[in-house]
Amino acid sequence: MSEDKKIMISVKNLKKSFGSLSVLKDISVDVKEGEVVVVIGPSGSGKSTFLRCLNRLEEVNGGSIVIDGKDITEKKININKVRENIGMVFQHFNLFNNLNVMDNMTLAPVELKKASLSEAKEYADHMLEKVGLSEKADAFPSQLSGGQKQRVAIARALCMKPDIMLFDEPTSALDPEMVGEVLGVMKSLASDGMTMVIVTHEMGFAREVADRIIFMDGGYIVEEGTPAEVLGNPKEKRTVDFLDKVL
Amino acid sequence: MIRIITTYGGLLLTAMGRTLLLALLGLVFACIIGLFFGILSVLKNRACNVISQIFVDVIRGVPMIVLAFFIYFGIPYLFNTIIGGFNMTLTALQAGTACLALNCGAYMSEIIRAGIQSVDIGQMEAARSLGLPYATAMRKVVLPQAIRTMIPSIINQFIITLKDTSILSVIGFPELVNTAKTVQANTFMAFQTWAIVGVMYLIVITILSRSAKVVERRLNVGR
Repeated sequence: MSEDKKIMISVKNLKKSFGSLSVLKDISVDVKEGEVVVVIGPSGSGKSTFLRCLNRLEEVNGGSIVIDGKDITEKKININKVRENIGMVFQHFNLFNNLNVMDNMTLAPVELKKASLSEAKEYADHMLEKVGLSEKADAFPSQLSGGQKQRVAIARALCMKPDIMLFDEPTSALDPEMVGEVLGVMKSLASDGMTMVIVTHEMGFAREVADRIIFMDGGYIVEEGTPAEVLGNPKEKRTVDFLDKVL
Repeated sequence: MIRIITTYGGLLLTAMGRTLLLALLGLVFACIIGLFFGILSVLKNRACNVISQIFVDVIRGVPMIVLAFFIYFGIPYLFNTIIGGFNMTLTALQAGTACLALNCGAYMSEIIRAGIQSVDIGQMEAARSLGLPYATAMRKVVLPQAIRTMIPSIINQFIITLKDTSILSVIGFPELVNTAKTVQANTFMAFQTWAIVGVMYLIVITILSRSAKVVERRLNVGR
């Protein structure tokens, strides 16, 4: 990763608690344009919450998150405008069950006047092709397998032409034989130069695709570095213990 | 019985027409009231939730007949005599519509709240994550799914409201029950009169619930 690339996401001293439960205690991290950052850690470590703070699906309790120059923790900011530029993929896909695949993909671009219906459809077709599901445009979510749903969810997010993509355990709810197809799509996105923050338990994928791995535990970033450093030669005991369990 | 039908059939049918008109007006406004308070109750705003809850509690806590008297006699009295300076009159149809709309609206509000809450939170989150505003996400994604689960309860509430119109005979609206009282008074044939009225309600409500089933099935296409 070259040093002169601009910083897309800059998180400083982020704090988040649910009631009296403090989930994120002090998180600071920068993500550069085109960088693929994979967040790993035991369950309950706050990694999903961290990701959800990045597009303010969770309101933060302290610190700042600057996305492409805008501090999204400021009350006055138009969060909808910021979210247009941040795609998010969820563990449970969250395709709109009342709409078919094509309508899932064109809803937001058309409603937000990013494109006319015909333009949006054309681009959606292109994105469906990219995820290998061109023939499923008219299908409803209930007619798709888990892997297909997740690929549509990725394509749907891409239809907004985002600069950043967030992935919240995108393969955790999938049957094992469907994990590969979703990771394949994510790999090609990464090689296209998309800025990505990925929460996952797929260590092989992390090793292969990540520019940087962040290990979180107990609401802190315990260790970060290249896959070789964090996975191959971890320095912190907690990282070692975690990797012993999952590898 | 034949004599009642030949002599008073037309009158009873007209009265049934007025019952249906009252029910329809009440339901239209009930849907608006129900949607309004239903959405207030799911907003992430404590004040809105409380307002909605108070409305539902008050309406549910008062018998409909009391509400009818209160609106028909009480409200004009409040403006004309207590406050003074007004010359307000409410027709029985206006008061009846308001009464039905408020009563049914409170129950609809609860049905709509439960329907919206039955939709997975992930649907709203996914819509918002794409940059859609709350209202658009609600209108395009959440409500269409909520309505499917709400349909059986809403139909049930419609039927209850249709039957509740009979209570409004007490404020003198000439709907079916009120008219039937006149027929009974003229003919002294209580058994026959009320049997005919009962069958008339039964037929209308059966038609309503059967056609509602068809609508329900149509809405489930593509699920």
